[in-house]
Amino acid sequence: MFRFIVRRLLQLIPTLFGLSLLLFIWLRRLPGGPETAILGERGTPEMRAAIRRSMGLDEPILVQYGRFVRRLVRLDLGTSTSTKRSVVSEFVERFPGTVELTITALVIAIGVGIPLGYLAARRRGRWVDHLSVGGSLIGICIPVFFLAYVFKAIFAENLGWFPSSGRQDPTIEATRITNFFVLDGLMTREWDAAADAIWHLVLPGITLASIPLAIIVRITRASVLEVLNEDFVRTAEAKGLTERTVRRRHVLRNSLLPVVTSIGLLTGGLLSGAVLTETVFAFTGIGAFVYDAINNRDYPVLMGFIMIIAVVYVLVNLLVDLSYSLIDPRVRVR
Amino acid sequence: MTITTGKKKERLDRLAELAARDDERGVSLWQEAFRRLRRNPSAIVGAVILVIFVLVALIGPFLVPYSPTDTIGIREGLIRPGVIPGADGDHWLGYDHQGRDVFSRMIVGARQTLLVGVVSTLIGLAVGALIGGVAGAAAGLGGRWGRAIDNALMRVIDMMLALPSLLLAVSIAALLGASLTTVMIAVGVVSVPVFARLLRGSMIAQSNSDYVLAATSLGVRKPKIALTHVVPNSLAPVIVQATLTLATAIIEAAALSFLGLGNPDTAVPEWGVMLADAQQYLGVRPELAIYPAVAIIITALGFTLLGEAMREALDPKLRK
Repeated sequence: MFRFIVRRLLQLIPTLFGLSLLLFIWLRRLPGGPETAILGERGTPEMRAAIRRSMGLDEPILVQYGRFVRRLVRLDLGTSTSTKRSVVSEFVERFPGTVELTITALVIAIGVGIPLGYLAARRRGRWVDHLSVGGSLIGICIPVFFLAYVFKAIFAENLGWFPSSGRQDPTIEATRITNFFVLDGLMTREWDAAADAIWHLVLPGITLASIPLAIIVRITRASVLEVLNEDFVRTAEAKGLTERTVRRRHVLRNSLLPVVTSIGLLTGGLLSGAVLTETVFAFTGIGAFVYDAINNRDYPVLMGFIMIIAVVYVLVNLLVDLSYSLIDPRVRVR
Repeated sequence: MTITTGKKKERLDRLAELAARDDERGVSLWQEAFRRLRRNPSAIVGAVILVIFVLVALIGPFLVPYSPTDTIGIREGLIRPGVIPGADGDHWLGYDHQGRDVFSRMIVGARQTLLVGVVSTLIGLAVGALIGGVAGAAAGLGGRWGRAIDNALMRVIDMMLALPSLLLAVSIAALLGASLTTVMIAVGVVSVPVFARLLRGSMIAQSNSDYVLAATSLGVRKPKIALTHVVPNSLAPVIVQATLTLATAIIEAAALSFLGLGNPDTAVPEWGVMLADAQQYLGVRPELAIYPAVAIIITALGFTLLGEAMREALDPKLRK
C-alpha cells in the first residue's frame, strides 16, 4: 500500500515535467512573448528590452528552461500582472473557497446520484427511471453558466431564499484561520458564520453539481443493471438472503467500481465548471479569479492554475485507485 | 472437359443461390442496428430534432424576414439605455440590444452553431482517430517498438485528459487570439483524447478476435490487417461518440463565448455568442438569454438522444 502510494507520487514527476515543458513552450509562443504578458500592450521598446534582460530572455533557451523549472520547484509561480501580488499567495487565499464549493458539489452529486441511479435501475421502465434518465439528459445539455443565472434569478433574486453572491455575509465578523469559511466557523465556534457560509454554498453547489450528478446517475444505473443480471445475485437471492443484504453486499458494492472511476475523471470538469459557476455567483474562489485572469491576459495566474489542476487531478485519481481496494478486495494495490 | 465445366457451373450456380438466400437472412451489424434504432422512440425524437435543426440551418437563412445584422431598432430609435422593446407583430421574438431582429438572428444562428459543432467535432475526430489508430495499431503489432509507441502516445493523451477542457481551450485561444477558427480548434482539441482512447481500446479489443487470427494465419501482413480489418470494425463506438460530442461541442463553444474567448465578431449570430451577449441585459430582457439557451439545450438534447440510442442499438450484448 505504502509502496503503491510512493510509486504513484513518483509518477507525478514525469507528468509535471512534461507539463512544465508544454507550459514553457506555451509561454514563449504567446503573442508578443512574456514581456507583453507582463507589460501588456503599453510597453515601449526600451521597457521591453529591459524586461527581456531582467528575465534573462536573452540567454540560451536551455538556461532559461532550467531557471523556469527551478522556480517551479521552489513553488515560485511569479507575480499576477493584474493584482501585482504573488500568484501563490493569491491561490492560498482563494483555493479554499473553490475546494469548499467542489466538495459541496461532489457531496450533492454523489449523495443524490448514487441512490437515484440505483433506484432507477431497480424500477427500470417505471416513472422513477424515466424521470431520472430524462432529468440527467437535460442536466448534461444545459450550459452551466445559464443554469447558474436561472437559479440565481429564481431562488436568490425572486424568492430570496438564498444569497445571490459571495461566500459569506460581509456584516458577519468571522475569524479567519484557514480561509475555509465553514471550517473556520466550526473551529472558532462561530456557528452563525459557519451556517452563513454553508448557506452561501447551496446555490453554487447545486449548479456545479448538475453535470456530475447527471453522469453519476447514468453510470450507476447502467452499472446496477449489469450487476443485477449476474449469476451471483440470483444465487444470493436463491439461497434466501434478505433483499437488504443482497442489495447492500452484492449489488451496490459490485456496481460501485465504474462509478468511483467516473468520479475521478469528473475532477477536471468540476474545476472548469467552478470557473463558470463562481463567476456568476461572484464567489471569491480560484474560478472567478481565473475568469478575470482570462480577460486580463494574466498568464502567470493561468499557468499556475494549470499546474495546480494537474496536481489535483493526479492526487484525486490516486485516491480513486486506493478506494478500489476498499470496495473490491480482489483489487490489490501493489 | 465440357462435362466438368458443366458441373462446375452447376455448383457455382448453387453457391450463388445460397449466397443470395444468405443475403436475405443474414443482416449486417449496421442494418440490424438501424432496424432497432427505428423502433426506439428516443432515437426518433432525437432524429426529428436534428432534421429540423439541419433544415433550419440550411434553408432558414434564405427565408428570414430581416437581415440578422440590420440594426433596425437603433435606426427607428426604439433602443434607449435600459430599454429594449419586446416582441411585436413584425418582430416575433423582439429586438436585441443593438436593435436587430432576434427571430432572424436565431434562424441564421442555427447555421453558425451547426458549423461550429460539426467542424470542431471533425477536428477532434480526425486528430483523435489518427493518434488512437496509430497507438492501437502499434499495440496490435506488439514488439518492443510497438509497445513503446503505444505507451508514448497514451501518456500524451493522459496528460491532455488531466487538463480541464475549458482551460485547454483558454490556452489555445490565448495563443491564437480569439476568433471563430480558434473556437473550433479549441473545442475540437478538447475531444481529441476521448476519440483517441476509444479507437485504441476498440482496436485492441478487435485484434483479439478470430477473424484477425484467420487473416494472420492466411499470411496477410499486419499493417494491412490493421487497416482493412481492425479499423473498420472498431469504428462503431467512435461514430457514436462523435454524435454525443456534437452536443458537448455546442455547449463548450457557448461557455467559451461566455468567458470572452468566443468569436469577437458578434455581428455574426451564433447561439453561444448570443447567449453570452445577453447576460449583460438580463435585467432588461431575460428572454434574449432564454431563446438561444433553449435552442442550445434542445439541439444538444437531440444529438444526445440519437447518440445514446445508437450506442444501445450497436451494443452487441443487447442484440437478440
